[in-house]
Amino acid sequence: MNLSRQVACLWCLSIAAASAEPVHPVGNIFDPQATPAESVYHLSILVISVCAAIFFVVAGLLTFTIVRFRRKTDDHDEPAQVYGSSRIEIAWTVIPILIVLVLTMATARVVSAIQGRRAEANALQVTVIGHQWWWEIRYGDLGIITANELHVPVSSAAKPAPTFLRLESADVAHSFWVPQLSGKTDLIPNHPNNMWIDPRQEGTFLGNCAEYCGMQHANMLLRVIVQSPAEFGKWVAAQKLNAALDSRADEGRETFLALSCISCHTVSGTSAAGTFGPDLSHMMSRETLGSGAIPNTPANLRAWVRDPQAIKPGNLMPNMQLNALELDEVVAYLSSLK
Amino acid sequence: MATIGYIGEQLKEPEAPPVPSRLHDWLVTVDHKRLGIMYIATALFFFAVAGVLAALMRIQLAFPNGTFLPPQVFNRLFTMHGTTMVFLVGMPFFAGLANYLVPLMIGARDMAFPRLNAFGYWMFLFGGILLYFSYIAGEGLAGHGTAPDVGWFAYAPLTERAFSRGTSTDYWILSIIVSGIGSTSSAINVIATIVSMRCKGMTLALMPLFVWLMLVVSAMVVMVLPPLTAAQIMLLLDRYLGAHFFDTQAGGSAVLWQHFFWLFGHPEVYVLMLPGFACASEIIPVFSRKPIFGRAAMIGATIAIGILAVGVWAHHMFAVGMAPVSNIFFAAATMLVGVPTGIKIFNWVGTMYGGKLRFDTPMLFCVAFLFQFLIAGLTGVMMAAAPLDWQLTDSYFVVAHFHYVLLGGLLFTLFGAVYYWFPKATGRMLNETLGKWHFWLLVIGFHITFDTLHFAGILGMPRRIYTYAAGRGWEGLNLVASIGVIFQAAGVACLIWNIIHSVRKGALAGDDPWDAWTLEWATTSPPPEYNFVVLPEVRSSRPLWDLKHPEDPDWKYE
Repeated sequence: MNLSRQVACLWCLSIAAASAEPVHPVGNIFDPQATPAESVYHLSILVISVCAAIFFVVAGLLTFTIVRFRRKTDDHDEPAQVYGSSRIEIAWTVIPILIVLVLTMATARVVSAIQGRRAEANALQVTVIGHQWWWEIRYGDLGIITANELHVPVSSAAKPAPTFLRLESADVAHSFWVPQLSGKTDLIPNHPNNMWIDPRQEGTFLGNCAEYCGMQHANMLLRVIVQSPAEFGKWVAAQKLNAALDSRADEGRETFLALSCISCHTVSGTSAAGTFGPDLSHMMSRETLGSGAIPNTPANLRAWVRDPQAIKPGNLMPNMQLNALELDEVVAYLSSLK
Repeated sequence: MATIGYIGEQLKEPEAPPVPSRLHDWLVTVDHKRLGIMYIATALFFFAVAGVLAALMRIQLAFPNGTFLPPQVFNRLFTMHGTTMVFLVGMPFFAGLANYLVPLMIGARDMAFPRLNAFGYWMFLFGGILLYFSYIAGEGLAGHGTAPDVGWFAYAPLTERAFSRGTSTDYWILSIIVSGIGSTSSAINVIATIVSMRCKGMTLALMPLFVWLMLVVSAMVVMVLPPLTAAQIMLLLDRYLGAHFFDTQAGGSAVLWQHFFWLFGHPEVYVLMLPGFACASEIIPVFSRKPIFGRAAMIGATIAIGILAVGVWAHHMFAVGMAPVSNIFFAAATMLVGVPTGIKIFNWVGTMYGGKLRFDTPMLFCVAFLFQFLIAGLTGVMMAAAPLDWQLTDSYFVVAHFHYVLLGGLLFTLFGAVYYWFPKATGRMLNETLGKWHFWLLVIGFHITFDTLHFAGILGMPRRIYTYAAGRGWEGLNLVASIGVIFQAAGVACLIWNIIHSVRKGALAGDDPWDAWTLEWATTSPPPEYNFVVLPEVRSSRPLWDLKHPEDPDWKYE
């Protein structure tokens, strides 16, 4: 996979260049940027403190024991044969049970708070549908369909703007995990799930599919792009428009619409209405190709259209065996879909 | 050794029978000791194989955008590594230890059903061979020679025909059904033996803790293998006879597979771990020179674990979208099952406290087990808190957790058991220096790899990915984790060399090299085929202590 090696170096630079806002590629669960992740974080402080205390007590006792009661070299007498102590047994049964009670109550509170929240009346609701190895993202109320990037407005205590996600799957089980925003929730076919996020910081948060879903599970990356209300509004307006009709790409569009690309892909305002693959109407507005496999650059776009299997082997877009002219024209057309 | 017949005549030592004849004896044996050795030797072989699979994965993951292995190979590797370690290493270690030691420890001549014993071993072996035969004959998405690549817990609907074409998944299903028949046979045999063949005076209350733990493990095996087998048969029906149990495209339920699988899968990890507890419960007292602290509490805790363990399965499913009340119930139950497990740790420490500790190799492994299993249990408590599990499940944190349990916990006690009982089984001691090299290399390597992987999970690295991009914070951690493999491999190599060398050239052990107290040490090393010249009669749980200390026998205090 020489191509992967080459693009790897450009990776961080491209992400930084593609989005002017900060990128958060490291999904540290102890650096929450939304309420669900933060609730989990606070619970984790309690749980980890309790566990750490237990560790130091028990490990301390064990360390003391192995040092203090080491057999001296010439001592062959047997020590006092102690069989046990009811009092001690009761103590170290009751105390752990009390600890379990406390932790259970803390856990119950967070579970209810996170799972119990229902979408408010005017809240943003998005449906995310998992596919083998990309994310279909539908803003039902806004009439937008996109892929692999979830744009949401930034939220704050003063002006809360939570986004409610309905999680479905078109094929196998997947899982939505952007650690700084929320714990993961699975996308299971025939079993819709719900989750919500209210990111407090603008920027791009990286996540991964977190349930093994087949050959390219590793390359099913997820981007949550948090924008100011104004920026988000601009993005929505641009996405709602039909795909660009750039006259310089007329030939390319004709070639594209004549090939079987349209069996799998949708380009709004054209006869391409396939739903098996990602919607390409505004694909140039996205940072990556192949759901995070490679950055969306002209060279990479060309390489992907020429042979997607070389970049993401096993993915469900076959090598379309385009000749050089078709390749030029299709790439020119796709490059116009801003 | 010369024997004297009638006065003055020296008789010749009978010649050893020819090799084919000796091999045939092993092939048709129903002797529990030989079958126990066969189980353990085969388990060690599969352990080495699965270890190589893991090493290959760690080479691929050492650097971002790795190209050492293509995705289809990697995905098969983690599936085969997990399936092998659970079904072809962990389960046969249970069967091998139980079959070898239970009759000796209860003063019996063999298992209740010797031929069932042999049947169980061969089913296990054939199941293992069937699984690996998929590398030659399996058909899958990647064409010919596809081993299963659906993960060791094979979630639906990825395993349905639509997404796993060909036969690779069927090899996974069938090989586990076959070797599962072997495990169930062993379990039934162990229960029958313990219930009906204890020697005179050995009430249930006076059985060694090892035997108690094997009894509870066997009961769990009999209870929890059926849900797995049922689910696998349902999956076969889906794949071949048009059923739709788990076929979500036709209204089936993916979550149903998870319930069935984890109903088996969670008790299974206790089935794997309890034999390790059994070994620790025998080794720690002997090398502390004290009886186990709180025998009754240990037995009670074991039974509690056996019962509670079947009620916590859905903690593997916290992210599936169950109702809040379900999540809270399983969180509470999971934390609760940690209580009897913790009690066991406290009692082991209590056994050592006030003793005169000898740090021979078996004890070194058990001490490391105590530290490591403590940590494993505590990371388990962290994940029992469901919301925290929403972050940590399916990440490298849970991978680190269960390797802490199974490698740091189970395998360390099993290695301790090998050093402890090898002298009994072969009549020769394993080399102590090589044993210490094995121990320290393994401890160092284990911690380098698995301490580090906890942090990869905390930084968002999901499991089962064949590669990752740079810039996610995972590169350094993965490189360090991969380096640890070198030390672990070196440690295991020391063990294998030690076994090969000591089987012929090790120091002679005698009946009771460790000055221990249970009945297996009351006969020769190795024991004769009939185990005991005269079946023993006991009055306490430490019959040899009573013999060695007639002025201070256990039966006065128990």
